[in-house]
Amino acid sequence: MIPGFTLELILYSTALGLVSIGLAGLVLSHHLFRIVLALVIAEAGANLMLVLAGYRWDAVAPILTTLGEQPQMVDPVPQAMVLTAIVIGVGIQALAVSILIRIRQRYHTLDRNEVAELMDAEIAATAGTARDVSQEAPLGERPIPPITDDAVQVRGGRS
Amino acid sequence: MVDLEIWIALLLGLMTLSAAILVLLVKNHIAAVAAASVVSLGLALLFVLMRAPDVAMTEAAVGAGLSSLILALAVKRLGLWRIDGKTTRSSLLVTNTRREKDA
Repeated sequence: MIPGFTLELILYSTALGLVSIGLAGLVLSHHLFRIVLALVIAEAGANLMLVLAGYRWDAVAPILTTLGEQPQMVDPVPQAMVLTAIVIGVGIQALAVSILIRIRQRYHTLDRNEVAELMDAEIAATAGTARDVSQEAPLGERPIPPITDDAVQVRGGRS
Repeated sequence: MVDLEIWIALLLGLMTLSAAILVLLVKNHIAAVAAASVVSLGLALLFVLMRAPDVAMTEAAVGAGLSSLILALAVKRLGLWRIDGKTTRSSLLVTNTRREKDA
């Protein structure tokens, strides 16, 4: 066996890989359903990382079998937290899926960019304003503050 | 004993990571849900290896069972349930900007 090639190393790289794959999918995907799947993967990696925080290679499972002298156990506190996190994760998934169903009912598409466009248009129509099409030149007459005399002095006179 | 555990962990970690990549790259949405379920199952086996049997039970029942059920019902409800697929890659790898609408 190669020295340094331990179980912890494999598990940590798996957890970090799952989190990074999930985050990459979260950022790069175009389809909203796949974004939910990427969220599930990132959450699984976070759970693995949490359980790994209490792991010792020379310990046994935290179950009391005999009274008196106990062998070395892994830390049960992160495991209890992860138990809660798994269930909460399924709740988050169900919420995200219900939001996706509403989006599909309203906009008839699940593409990220198209949904953003349609939402922008709907917000502008509800507010009764024109759509903000450019980030550099926003719509609407924004009042430009008048240049004061001391600012003119600093800039070297009016041109 | 420890050597065997390392090899099992390596195998399960590779399986989990490749299934996670597959979730993002496969075009068919049913296959993506199945791959997410495989990620959950591999994670449950890794939890057993890490001496957390209660977490493994919950992950297998809730993460791999209930969650895939919810996601599969969502695929059905969202109208993405399509068995046939001519191309197997998702739009993540397609570089042109005019994508075909998949919903």
